[in-house]
Parts: sequence; structure tokens; C-alpha cells
Amino acid sequence: MKKHWHDYLWILSLTYLLLGFFNILFAWLGLLCFFIPLLFAGIGGNKGYCNRYCGRGQLFGLLGGRFGLSRKKDVPGWMKSKGFRYGFLIFFFIMFFQMLWNTYLVFAGAKSLGQAVTLLWTFKLPWHWAYHGTLFHAGVAQFAFGFYSVMLTSTVLGFFTMLLFKPRSWCVYCPMGTMTQLICKLKNKEVQ
Amino acid sequence: METTARKKRKAFVEEHTCVACGCCVKVCPMKAIQIWKGTVAKVDQTTCVGCGKCARECPASVIEIREVTV
Repeated sequence: MKKHWHDYLWILSLTYLLLGFFNILFAWLGLLCFFIPLLFAGIGGNKGYCNRYCGRGQLFGLLGGRFGLSRKKDVPGWMKSKGFRYGFLIFFFIMFFQMLWNTYLVFAGAKSLGQAVTLLWTFKLPWHWAYHGTLFHAGVAQFAFGFYSVMLTSTVLGFFTMLLFKPRSWCVYCPMGTMTQLICKLKNKEVQ
Repeated sequence: METTARKKRKAFVEEHTCVACGCCVKVCPMKAIQIWKGTVAKVDQTTCVGCGKCARECPASVIEIREVTV
């Protein structure tokens, strides 16, 4: 099958993760993975981002497919249930807003900058080497640490489900995928 | 004249559990699948040859290959 430029976006996803290892401020670029799918869904009423441009999905597809790291088993029924998918979306949202609150506290001077990446919302990993001071407020770096934590956590989760189930199992419960599908459903109800 | 019914393999999507990720669209050699308005994968039954690539690829395993009489 003919390859298109957008079939190589996995390189950007991988580069993003690597850049965050050297300079945490690159984590801000991850917002593109939040806003572009929302624009596709909100304006276009489609999941064009998931369907074509999601580099993370491609990366899992590559690792699990071509590199053969995946067992290629079916995901369990509960994982594709609406309850789990929407529950995970809500959980993700809560953790995301908690991260935004932390950022606010640093901006407000009520908290000092935490130079750590929180993996799976629990494990604090030292990450001070990726922070070299900044011209901006410490809150800018706090958001970067928080956002990188979100991105790394979802990559780790997706990686494990890629190993255990089908390569792109992450797509089944990806909060952005669930949210954009929900937006599309609501938008189409409006149209009908 | 007598017509004989033939059996063909076709892909069917379990629509209420489809996550509309589009993995099936990418692998379909006949371009018989589309994501309908970002909500669900729809198979064009006239183009589908029932090769099963989409079913193998689907991360949610919601595509089934069935034999239908045509």
C-alpha cells in the first residue's frame, strides 16, 4: 500500500518523548495532540486525527506489528465497554485538572517548582536534568513537567496494552479518541 | 432459468462498540471501509471481499467476517 507523509508521524511522537528527556519545555508541543483532534472533531465533525495523523497510534502499530512485540490478542470485553472508556476519560480529566491546579499554585507562588515527572499518577521520577532554568515563570516549567507526565503515562499504558493485546489497543480507551468520538456523535445528532 | 445462491465472505462491524479509530480503513485493500462522521466504521458490502484484514487489525476486535448468501 502506498505510503503518505502522514504515515511517518510516529517519528514526531518518538522525537517528542526524547526531547522531553533533554529539555522539559518541549513538553508544551504535546498540546498539539490535544488541540488538533479537538479541532477535527469540533469543526470538521470527524476523527481525522485518529484516522490519519495520530503518531502515537502509528508508533504502537509499528512496535506491535512490524517489530512483533504484541501478542495480538483481543482486548478484554470490559476494556471496550462504554463504562470503562468514559470512566477512564473522566479519570483522565480529573488528573489533568489536578495538574493544571498544581501549575496554578506555582504561578501564584504558593508552591515551588517540582522538577519531577509523575508516572501513572503515582510514581515521582526525578527529571531535574531536563530543566535548565527559563526566561519564563517557573509555572511554565511546572506545566511542562505535568504535561510530560500525562504524555509519558499514556505512552507507558499504551505500550503495556500493546504488548498484552493488539498493537493499537490504546486506541480503544484513549481519552482523546473517546472524547472526539463523543463530540462527533453529539455534532451528528445536532445535524439530524 | 434457475439461479444458484452463492456464499460470499463479508466484514460486519459491531457498531455500538466501534471506537472509530480508523485502523480498519488503513488496511482495507479494497477501500471498502469508511469512518462515518467520526462515529463508526461502515463497510461497503458491495466492495468488501471478506479478506479479513480489517478484523485482524481492529484493536477492539469488533469486526467479524461472516458468510452471506448473495
